[in-house]
Amino acid sequence: MSAAVTAITMPKWGLTMTEGTVVGWLKQQGQRFAEGEEILEIETPKITNVVEAPSAGTLRRIVAQAGATLPIGALLAVVAPDEVPEAEIDAFVAGFAVVEPSTSEEAQAEGVKPRDIEVAGRRLRYLDLGEGDGAPVLLVHGFGADVNTWMFTQPALATRRRTVALDLPGHGGSAKDVGAGDAENLTDAVEGALETLDMKRVHLVGHSMGGAIAALVASRRPERVASLTLIASAGLGPEINTSFIDGFVGASRRREATEVLGLLMHDPALVSRAMVEDVLRYKRLDGVSSALAKIAEAWFAGGRQSLDLRGRIAALVMPVQLVWGREDRIIPVAHAEAVANHLPVRILDAAGHLPHMEKAGEVVRLIDQFIGSVSERVGT
Amino acid sequence: MPQKSIRQALNEALAQEMRRDPTIVVIGEDVAGGAATEGQRDAYGGVLGVTKGLFAEFGEARVIDTPITESAIMGAAAGAAVTGLRPVAELMFSDFFGVCFDQIFNQAAKFRYMFGGKAKTPLVIRTMIGAGRSAAAQHSQSPYHIFTSVPGLKCVVPSNAYDAKGLLIQAIRDDDPVIFCEHKLMYDLRAEVPDEPYTIPFGEANIVRDGDDVTVVALSRMVHYANEAADTLAKEGIECELIDPRTTSPLDEDTILESVERTGRLVVVDEATPRCSIATDIAALVADKAFAALKAPVRRVTAPHTPVPFAPVLEKLYIPSPERIAAKIREVHGYAE
Repeated sequence: MSAAVTAITMPKWGLTMTEGTVVGWLKQQGQRFAEGEEILEIETPKITNVVEAPSAGTLRRIVAQAGATLPIGALLAVVAPDEVPEAEIDAFVAGFAVVEPSTSEEAQAEGVKPRDIEVAGRRLRYLDLGEGDGAPVLLVHGFGADVNTWMFTQPALATRRRTVALDLPGHGGSAKDVGAGDAENLTDAVEGALETLDMKRVHLVGHSMGGAIAALVASRRPERVASLTLIASAGLGPEINTSFIDGFVGASRRREATEVLGLLMHDPALVSRAMVEDVLRYKRLDGVSSALAKIAEAWFAGGRQSLDLRGRIAALVMPVQLVWGREDRIIPVAHAEAVANHLPVRILDAAGHLPHMEKAGEVVRLIDQFIGSVSERVGT
Repeated sequence: MPQKSIRQALNEALAQEMRRDPTIVVIGEDVAGGAATEGQRDAYGGVLGVTKGLFAEFGEARVIDTPITESAIMGAAAGAAVTGLRPVAELMFSDFFGVCFDQIFNQAAKFRYMFGGKAKTPLVIRTMIGAGRSAAAQHSQSPYHIFTSVPGLKCVVPSNAYDAKGLLIQAIRDDDPVIFCEHKLMYDLRAEVPDEPYTIPFGEANIVRDGDDVTVVALSRMVHYANEAADTLAKEGIECELIDPRTTSPLDEDTILESVERTGRLVVVDEATPRCSIATDIAALVADKAFAALKAPVRRVTAPHTPVPFAPVLEKLYIPSPERIAAKIREVHGYAE
């Protein structure tokens, strides 16, 4: 069988996804496409997202029709060059069905389990995916989020290199002790995690508050940071949407949480009930409200960002890029535009404060290309 | 996340709260479990197995075995609550509330009001409800509608282990008397339950599934039967929105009304008898506040207005079944204006 015949399978987005529903195909059977083109839309209880072409090819066979709900790993379509005969496509589909889904699913579920480390007496949860020769990637989420914010980013980056996502103190599955909740405390935790996980040199990617933390790590430990990608990052100006911060800290009910989470997206309809339920389940845990309140007070007191990292970021020795959603309603895109004369800035249309979710494919490509170019330059 | 049964979830909630707050005490029949047996002071953990391990960890001053006298349990608990402790009292079968209702209904529920808001009564009464074990008419009822009807009482009817733990911790931390109704057939039902303590606010319904065709409101064990019915109907192209109110007092009216305003159709499923019931209450709520949105009559699926039969065949007929629920939803869905 030709190696050029490849499968498009049901992806696994996030820790809890077990199946997805094909919303519709954006390419017809027989249609050619380039790498990165949108092929189909998949809906999970959490979110709807598009599957993009991992490489150029022809959509030779659509196996799963719109409306079909299938487990992760299930065959959705077959991609192959035009010259591959139909019989070979048939054989590929038939051969694919032979795979025992139960064992592969279990193995997959085992592989994506988050684990705990202890850093300076605090439990930190992390998710470690992928392997490769180059420096690994460390992903640092923003205020109120957890490793699941990288549900589209991490699996994609992990196909080429080790990619670790961390739950910050007070967040996700990590301990809820945040000390004073300030940048020092959270940055210490990330640095400690680098030590404990034996990540000597990493490509850092930080989102929002996690961006500021990543920038601080890069500034304090430049020898450990090969590159820095800041997504909708804090620390680049005083403005911050306090109705989001206060609303997120205060929300205990579905209605409030839905409204607040809507502010994160360019398209608030992307906020599913399951996503809201996840946030509420996290917020209901003892210690979370006070941890978030402390962090909010330390970082965003009086409706302004207390941390200005513009000088420190300008002085960084490693390559830095900024990624921002043009429609960001939490931290204005003007913060990125203001530094565009001395830093590479990628602004994505039709994306809000979570471009890595709303424009997942583009953000993955930007990170991948950036890391690739850095690796070539410095030979890491 | 670890899977835990409702029994484990409740046990964990009690143990974690008792560790946090030394004023919390557990009182009831056999809650220490086998305390009368030589050499076995914590053999079983109560007739339900929910309090297992508490006696060993917290001792006899905080895990109090009582004689078979519900009036004394509730009287002692109400008095302790109003004088500074936070008792979790166990009324083994909710059917027995009759002998101790003065202490609950006319004392505990009234203290805050009678003392001009100066008294608080942080009392939780855990009690077992439900038919389905051939326990006959005096041990199988679901009288949460009676508790719900009393101003000053809060009433909780969890349907799964996640909610059970969060709602019990919320009940223990609440400063008013709370009746916590556990269905006797659901103790082994498992769900993902965090190891950490957490609270679920009262008066916030859970939307078990989304749908645009028919709103279904169900309580306690009926949530699972209604969900089965909704699975069947989904294959027929009828999408149900299933709402579990979780607490009947306070009741999350907004979630029910908003759903009916979208679907225009409502079926309420309740294992209790139909007269003056939660099903009837919710039907009245929707008739009152969402009449203009209704496209079909509101229907209730409940037990009949009879005692719970002992004979297994009759008991099975008595309890609303997934088939009966599905048939009623179909009827409401197919109703032409």
